[in-house]
Amino acid sequence: MSDAYRRNVVEAALLAAGRSLQLSDLAQVFTLEERPSDAQLLATLEELAALYADRALELAHTASGWRVQVRSDYATQIARLWPERPARYSRALLETLALIAYRQPITRGEIEQVRGVAVNPNIIKTLLERNWIRVIGTRDVPGRPEVLGTTAEFLDYFGLQKLEQLPPLAELRALAEFNLQLELADPSTAQLADGTSDG
Amino acid sequence: MQPELKIVVSNEAAAPQPPPAPPEQVEMPFAVVNGEPVTQLPRDLYIPPQALEVFLEAFEGPLDLLLYLIRRQNLDVLDIPLAEITRQYMKYIELMQDLQLELAGEYLVMAATLAEIKSRMLLPRAAAVDDAEEDPRAELVRRLQEYERFKRAAENLDALPRLERDVWSASAVLTDRKVVRLVPPVTLQEMIIAFRDVVARSEMFAHHHVQREPLSVRARMTDIVASLGGGGFVDFVQLFRPEEGRMGVAVTFIAILELVREGLIDIVQQEPFAPLHVRAAAARQLTADAPDPESRQ
Repeated sequence: MSDAYRRNVVEAALLAAGRSLQLSDLAQVFTLEERPSDAQLLATLEELAALYADRALELAHTASGWRVQVRSDYATQIARLWPERPARYSRALLETLALIAYRQPITRGEIEQVRGVAVNPNIIKTLLERNWIRVIGTRDVPGRPEVLGTTAEFLDYFGLQKLEQLPPLAELRALAEFNLQLELADPSTAQLADGTSDG
Repeated sequence: MQPELKIVVSNEAAAPQPPPAPPEQVEMPFAVVNGEPVTQLPRDLYIPPQALEVFLEAFEGPLDLLLYLIRRQNLDVLDIPLAEITRQYMKYIELMQDLQLELAGEYLVMAATLAEIKSRMLLPRAAAVDDAEEDPRAELVRRLQEYERFKRAAENLDALPRLERDVWSASAVLTDRKVVRLVPPVTLQEMIIAFRDVVARSEMFAHHHVQREPLSVRARMTDIVASLGGGGFVDFVQLFRPEEGRMGVAVTFIAILELVREGLIDIVQQEPFAPLHVRAAAARQLTADAPDPESRQ
């Protein structure tokens, strides 16, 4: 079986499937005699990716498997096909999602602690509807709060294979040793924009 | 001392000078804002209410507001001038209350927290240095840093190329879908089950059996092939004659098995537990379809 044939079959499968495919799915497309090994399939996928180098397509490997996708370089042009702009998610939603992603399994209470504000139930609802998060279980403490985590679809949407590939969190700087001093409000140094001073 | 103020108004400001002709002194407005004359210079910086509303609603909570106050003045979050920050924070709270913005309870909790930290710092420290006691601001600093981390993380997350916003899944239309229908193989077990059913029915004809006639398997084989001569599918059970009794049924069954073994007939079953159908092997080339009950000859 020639390389070109195998490459074409893999390409055909990825394009026709309408979903991401795992190596096992790709292998199944071939008859028993022709079936390539996982290593051969990976090599074929690499060849395919190389062939796409000058094209608008690229091969992506996410949590759900392999998929062919349109490069982000053409996003602005392609977006014009759908005049309605895609939903821009609020900062609250993104912060909540980030907390769930980095700190999972996490409860709503823990999310509130970090953000300093109550969790908006609509945000959780939206994230659940998009299937970006799911309820993993409940924590064995009074109130039995639900514990949340992210899904494979979340990884797919952000082009990631696993959680470890999320951008790293900024480091917490350690509180240096301070000599505690009495801090008294100093009226003369307090200047506000209106020029008046606070007594 | 009157501070220098820049008043931004929508209408043109009336000239703050007395009108030339009439001698009487009328209080002339400094400015006209939203059609209302302003005769007194405002003591605070004047921001139109709507603008401030939008501005203040951009904060995600008290931590966000505090972070903004700290960063705006390029302060080090590790060394917050607590009194100053508390004062600025309280001013914002008062402003929000003046504008009658709905203030989430968390803002007031933070105000209380700041007041508490401030009071702890104001209290005289014990003469002996207590190592265990940490900076009263420490917890607040930790919370601010923690919040800032996730604020950044959220921005980074948003920046990742996202499906259906930056990248799209590619697909191609498959025009001719060939459905591969795997025909299930007939096992001996299924044939025996069918045979058993026929035998059971033949029992009912037992008392009609008039005469035992020696039956030849070979003769029966010929009969069966002849009855399949049309080329179509015949119901398996139709090949049997229950009135011949068990012997007759057994001979037919053996004849069928022999014919299958010699490759002269085919037995097919459309799906598991469906009736069996028999066809002359010679007819195999003519049609390639599974039997249709309606088209049976």
